Amino acid sequence: MRITFEKRQSLSYQATILAPIASFALALLGGSLLLGLSGANPLATYAAMLDGAFGSWPNFTETLVKAIPLMLTGLAVSIAFRMQFWNIGAEGQLTLGGVAAAWIALFWAGIIPSTLLLPTVILAGIAAGALWAAVPALLKAYLRVDETLTTLMLNYVAILFSQYLFYGPWRDPKGYGFPGTAPFPDAAWLPRLAGRAHLGLVFAIIAAIALWFILKRTRWGFELRIIGENPTAARYLGINIARNIVLALLLSGALSGLAGACEVTGISHRLQQGLSIGYGFTAIIVAWMAQLNPLAVLVVAILMAGLLVGGDQVQIMMHLPAAVGVVLQGMILFPMLAGALFTEYRIKIVREPRRAPTTAPEVEL
Amino acid sequence: MIALITSILAITLRAGTSLIYAAVGEIYAERSGILNLGIEGMMLMGAVTAFAVAFHTGSLLLALLAAVAVGALMAALHAFLTVTMRANQVVSGLSLTLFGTGLSSFLGQRLGPEGGALTGLVGPRIAPIALPILGHIPVLEAVFTQDVLTYAVYLLVPIAWFYLYKTRPGLSLRAVGENPQTADAMGLNVSRVRYAYTILGGALAALGGAHLSLAYTPGWAENITGGRGWIVIALVIFAMWNPARAVLGAVLFGGINAVQFRLQAAGATIPAPFLNMLPYVMTLLVLIVMTWWEALSKRIGAPAALGKAYMREEK
Repeated sequence: MRITFEKRQSLSYQATILAPIASFALALLGGSLLLGLSGANPLATYAAMLDGAFGSWPNFTETLVKAIPLMLTGLAVSIAFRMQFWNIGAEGQLTLGGVAAAWIALFWAGIIPSTLLLPTVILAGIAAGALWAAVPALLKAYLRVDETLTTLMLNYVAILFSQYLFYGPWRDPKGYGFPGTAPFPDAAWLPRLAGRAHLGLVFAIIAAIALWFILKRTRWGFELRIIGENPTAARYLGINIARNIVLALLLSGALSGLAGACEVTGISHRLQQGLSIGYGFTAIIVAWMAQLNPLAVLVVAILMAGLLVGGDQVQIMMHLPAAVGVVLQGMILFPMLAGALFTEYRIKIVREPRRAPTTAPEVEL
Repeated sequence: MIALITSILAITLRAGTSLIYAAVGEIYAERSGILNLGIEGMMLMGAVTAFAVAFHTGSLLLALLAAVAVGALMAALHAFLTVTMRANQVVSGLSLTLFGTGLSSFLGQRLGPEGGALTGLVGPRIAPIALPILGHIPVLEAVFTQDVLTYAVYLLVPIAWFYLYKTRPGLSLRAVGENPQTADAMGLNVSRVRYAYTILGGALAALGGAHLSLAYTPGWAENITGGRGWIVIALVIFAMWNPARAVLGAVLFGGINAVQFRLQAAGATIPAPFLNMLPYVMTLLVLIVMTWWEALSKRIGAPAALGKAYMREEK
């Protein structure tokens, strides 16, 4: 008698919904252990976090401020992950989006009519993010260079390049040594909806619905899903995998670039330190918890942003390290990853030892 | 001039030590087929643990042991998730980095005297020791006036290389990372090998972190690694999964750090960000050329099964 694992044809539906909720609960449990050991009251801490993130309208708008870049990069990552392309370069794509947006806002403001300035700035951010993502996509599609490593490396190239700009040639001469560019002209400011929450929220919601529609209802979405689930079948169906990788990654990079453009035009109104504070990495957690479902990404992003804002709150209110929020973010995925085995595989106990039936060999992209 | 070369060499080796520990660890993990992107988190946890233990007990040995234990524990979690539960290695590794970054920052603010912060405290440190005779030869003195952990690296690398390429268990390790099906058929326990080397890798990464907080920049500061864990990931590719070449890379990458200070002092015109970009750009180029070369001639390179869970039932 032995235990075997059989891949499920489709994911178990209850498990899909239950897993993230159970994981969140377990992370809170683990967190309370840590808090208890360090002499803090876990319940009071969680209550303060909840209040800090969602307790009042102004607090909630701050949570949205952090949720917007997580939504956009979370969507960006999930579209790439759908086809098993491990884009961990959202951080760099976001940063270059911010750089390109700043370039237009700072140096083209006198040339572009002011009504067209903001759209141009945003489009520049989108284009820069897409182009930066195109590099690893082309390398993967045509030279088969491993994308996990290239996207990771390109993050640091992008972040260091942005630092060069705002510490160097783009630095505001009137900034009293403060590393950052001059503020953008008013015409390049993204309108705010409530508090500091800006129009990026609307972009994110539209993007999520559009992606959901593309994946569920269009031929292209069908092709992307097939490539991700079964590359061999995709090849037999005559789907052009290389072309689809590039297209999906252009879209992925565009969304991250949009996130960067929204950050600089909606929040900081300049390019400065703190644009890339790990949204692109947290996005991977968001996408995974949302199980790559675009609509679920929106909800999970708000939850993750809540942990960040709530963490800041306990620092102010209870003098506990704000890092509590990041610890919880990190812990959420452990039970979820452990549980994936049960949602993706059916566990069977076989009585007589025999070889499991062989399925079609999995072929790498 | 000789003084300048000596000091650059000394700083390079000191800066490269943590990189080499973590890189050798990651090479072993990746050789078994497990990509561990949690290195940054493990180095940070190693650094905070080592400093806290050294500060409270005064024992450097206990500090190192505690750091190794914490690194091994985190890596064991990674192994459990990716080997036993077959979770995605990229996502699991990133979660560990996020977790380690957060937890090290949290602990750094709570583990000081009376629940206070560790930041800014002065604790015991591993001081450099000049070796007799060798430590007094011009230029070479840079190599032989180092701390114990750096001396240990001089032994670690040849041993790691020899073990990997010239011993039976080293061969088994490479077989598991190259082709787990065949290794399994040969009678090797794929899961056990992957557990063992992933845990070893985490322990070494934490030791690298401990070198930072006890020797290189003694004391605890939030994010003391400054992204070294990611440089290590780059370094492993740059070294093409060979511990001997990792030294070359670590010296090169560590040297960039050392030269940078000197260049700035000399009023150089190359902006620092571009120098810091070099490790990543060079790694990218190596990765591209290597993949190309491999496609042309099927030569050695990345462990073929790197990043893939092994499922006995499938195929």
